[in-house]
Amino acid sequence: MSSAPILQPTSADANAPLLEVRAIAKRFGTRDVLKNISLNIASGELLTLLGESGSGKTTLLRLIAGFEQPTAGEIWMSGERLDVLPPYKRRVNTVFQNYALFPHLHVRDNVAYGLRVQSVPKNEIAGRVDDALKMVKMVEFAGARPSRLSGGQQQRIALARALVNRPQLLLLDEPLSALDASLRKQMQSELKALQREIGITFLFVTHDQEEAMALSDRIALLRDGALEQVASPREIYAHPATAYTAEFIGQTNLLRGEICRSIATCGVLRWPLEEADAPARFSLRPEAIRLCPDGRRQTNEVKFRASVRQQIYGGASELLEVDCGADQLLRVRLPACGPLTGEHDFVFSIADAIRVAD
Amino acid sequence: MYSRAYKTLVSAPPLIWVALFLLLPYGLMFAHSFWTVQDGVLVHDWNLSNYQKLLTNSLYAEVLFRTMRIAASVMLCSLLLGYPLAYYLSFHSGARKELLYQLVIVPLWVSYLVRGYAWKTILGSEGILNGFLQYFHFTHEPVSFLLYSPFAVVLMLTHIYTPFVFLPIYASLEHIPRPLVEASEDLGASPASTFFRVILPLSMPGLLAGATFAFVLSLGDFLAPLLVGGSSGTMIANIVQTLFGATYDWPLGAAISVSILLITLTLLFLTERLEKRWSFE
Repeated sequence: MSSAPILQPTSADANAPLLEVRAIAKRFGTRDVLKNISLNIASGELLTLLGESGSGKTTLLRLIAGFEQPTAGEIWMSGERLDVLPPYKRRVNTVFQNYALFPHLHVRDNVAYGLRVQSVPKNEIAGRVDDALKMVKMVEFAGARPSRLSGGQQQRIALARALVNRPQLLLLDEPLSALDASLRKQMQSELKALQREIGITFLFVTHDQEEAMALSDRIALLRDGALEQVASPREIYAHPATAYTAEFIGQTNLLRGEICRSIATCGVLRWPLEEADAPARFSLRPEAIRLCPDGRRQTNEVKFRASVRQQIYGGASELLEVDCGADQLLRVRLPACGPLTGEHDFVFSIADAIRVAD
Repeated sequence: MYSRAYKTLVSAPPLIWVALFLLLPYGLMFAHSFWTVQDGVLVHDWNLSNYQKLLTNSLYAEVLFRTMRIAASVMLCSLLLGYPLAYYLSFHSGARKELLYQLVIVPLWVSYLVRGYAWKTILGSEGILNGFLQYFHFTHEPVSFLLYSPFAVVLMLTHIYTPFVFLPIYASLEHIPRPLVEASEDLGASPASTFFRVILPLSMPGLLAGATFAFVLSLGDFLAPLLVGGSSGTMIANIVQTLFGATYDWPLGAAISVSILLITLTLLFLTERLEKRWSFE
């Protein structure tokens, strides 16, 4: 994508967060959609609000855009209180889920809309619209009506229409969910590259954890209107704080057991753990478990014997379901290894059994 | 696929209906407009004398212009009432939407005549409005311009046709995806700017349909001028009615009817072109 210096954000204080969500709550009737959410977004960051449908992620986005009023709490952006302003006075722009392009305006006029209503000088508008269309590679469609464009093209126009206003913060409400799988992958990488290039802060809403992992600097996982965990994709995958997070982000084995006299016991699996006696749950990723052909384990490893129940071939890797006895089933992801049957020895590193809260 | 016999069977009734009750009467009317009446007898002698009369006798042009002026006023007044009403109902009425919608529709169930007589009672010299004005000493004697005037005709027709204007506008407003309104405000447009840049253009088809309803229906109305129009409020349809009735000059009446029909068809053609221009499906 071509460089467009005209799209640099106008103010960027490196120290203070760009956006501060302070103890926000939102109630619709008797339903608490958001409960006491506090979240900071740094300038230039790409933060993803991830959650199932009904988790409140879109509501939070709409509160920041100004389409809904919070029941409690405040939203601040670069030292200015945002939640008391109407949407048209916020330096925030949104890319809508179904793009919401104006059907009666040509692509060029759609992109110019924000500049026109804010009375930007005419000669400046033309240049900025051209730059924005260039940025999303849609120059040749400037004269088309939105209804003539494909989903992916409409997506690009929606992006250009928002970015041409040089917002401090760009909100994206599941912008890729209406695209087919291959186009979605392509748009993901383009979005990421574009965001790096222009340095505008993105707040991205999605229910797709793979998309969140691929795009984000940080992921904020929402569950029933509360923040479950906020961390970088690597951190949230490697160290999920809760059982919900561990299961929502990627695949995992949730082990239920207890810690007693510095020994963790989950079914037939036992390993030393210097923690206070208590019931405990652990997340063990399928790829953390390996075959152990010679039957020997290192001191920091746990070895167990299990029989292969099921094997699903996935090209580069295989997903096994193994039975460790006493109906304790584990999922194991191995590099492609050919058909496996019968009993085998498996090991995993103790450090890979991550203790998670309920 | 349907058989040929089935297709013929299904399409026959509407075709016969149209031919018998639409094409034939229009054909007859068109033919009449070129004939004349001499000594109370219809003469099947083809000429343009009726149209000549229309163009030369200033009475007809005068009434026709008055009729169009009244129709335009009714159109404007019902738009000014109907559009804000439809806008309020569609965008801001919240939970009361259904109830208010029914309240707008209910007057349509009341007979046209009843509503006409109601205005007579309100506007007459012994009427409610004059009683009110005199009671509060705004005037000392009944105000006479209220009833039997073009004003009264415009008032009554506006009352009657506002729901007809409201309905298509409301339908087109309901059709506007709400995210477009949010997108407009998101891009920095105030509510007023959003209205003129997004909502009004996208409701144009409904607005045009409503305007056409009001204008065309008013153009051909003869009951309102009969009930509340008086001599200064006479409209072209009253002339036609007289020509077909008491005067027994069907050919001249037919010529006027054909002229009105042409005006109406031109108008419908134009608004249809406009509506196409404003639809973006």
